[in-house]
Amino acid sequence: MNESLGNIFINACLVNNFVLAYFLGICPFLGVSGKMETASKMGGAVTFVMLISSMCAYGIHALLVAINAPFLQLISYIVVIASTVQLVEMFVKKMSPTLFRALGIFLPLITTNCAILALALFQTNKGYNFIESLVYAGGAGAGFTLALILIAGLREQLDFADVPKAVKGTALVLLTAGILSLAFMGFSGLGGK
Amino acid sequence: MVTYYSKEQRQADNERSKMSAAGVNKEKKDFWSRLKDSPSTDEFIKGVWKDNPVFVQVLGMCPTLAVTNTAENALAMGLATAFVLLMSNVLVSLLRNFIPKQVRIASYILIIASFVTIIDYVIQAISVDLHKSLGAFISLIVVNCLILSRAEAFASKNTVGKSILDALGMGVGFVFALLCLGAVREVLGSGTLFSFTVLPDAFQEWVIMILPPGGFFTLAIWLIIFNYRKQRKLAQ
Repeated sequence: MNESLGNIFINACLVNNFVLAYFLGICPFLGVSGKMETASKMGGAVTFVMLISSMCAYGIHALLVAINAPFLQLISYIVVIASTVQLVEMFVKKMSPTLFRALGIFLPLITTNCAILALALFQTNKGYNFIESLVYAGGAGAGFTLALILIAGLREQLDFADVPKAVKGTALVLLTAGILSLAFMGFSGLGGK
Repeated sequence: MVTYYSKEQRQADNERSKMSAAGVNKEKKDFWSRLKDSPSTDEFIKGVWKDNPVFVQVLGMCPTLAVTNTAENALAMGLATAFVLLMSNVLVSLLRNFIPKQVRIASYILIIASFVTIIDYVIQAISVDLHKSLGAFISLIVVNCLILSRAEAFASKNTVGKSILDALGMGVGFVFALLCLGAVREVLGSGTLFSFTVLPDAFQEWVIMILPPGGFFTLAIWLIIFNYRKQRKLAQ
């Protein structure tokens, strides 16, 4: 693995965008992308949890390799992610009640965001070291936020469009996401691989 | 299963069976109507059709879109998810009186994660190729909202028997939905179905269908079809 840090970031953010190329984190993507403001806040919260859980996952992986118990990987990752989210929630609540109220229900929902568990699994599979893992998490978070903000902007405009009744709602968002995903395919080839 | 029939219902039934074309075996009809009315069938059918997890509830989207580029992958993913759903529903339902309310979500996730680890190793033992093509998405069954939502909304409040039926119905519905997507994408994207060639050589493959955008488009079109049907039904 001799990828430069910049390549890792661009790869995670644009070329292999978690939402548009790997279909990870589709649930919040469909759920909270209605308004620009909530979308950007959700993106920030997810990026933050991604960075923390990426660090934890690196530590756990080292520990599991040391005690030779790879079958515990999945269980320990999910437990750590769930408790990280809980911790972040308590921390934010104490430190900044305004931010806590702004994020509301989205904070606990992050636990079931597959993008975060996938990030932990991918970085283990790719064998990144500590710094590389952090950059990878940052790139994935930035990519998630970017996709969320793009789709929120499009949806705010689409609210005024006159579409057939059957297409309204989820189907319309999926069609939009498909077109965005097509556009993101244009990034392939960037970032080395 | 004994079902109560009101007088009017029976009369209506009789009339209908008289009116219907000859050749319908009366005993068979009775059996079917009884089966149709029994609550356990209802529990099952609801997951397959009326509350289909993908097309109606829009749950568990990530695997739905990610691994349905061939029908084979879709089937394997569907069966794996259905297995985890069934086992976790049984266990959650058995333990529903022992799990304290405050830590229930965490316990459900632990139960689910254990079964996912099992199925992960099972698939690896059956076929390494399949395991490779499904990749991390087997592990990601843990965070499939469908399973957690069934555990929380159904299994934690109902008996084991009902939970099994619910899991079977939802599982079959999920497999069905994944197959719908996988078959369309494979036929259009590579001209094959379950690796058998179904379209003539002259057919130009729509490569886009097996790439990520194809997943979004196919699911959107299925959703439109379901919405359209529902609206037609409501209008009547």
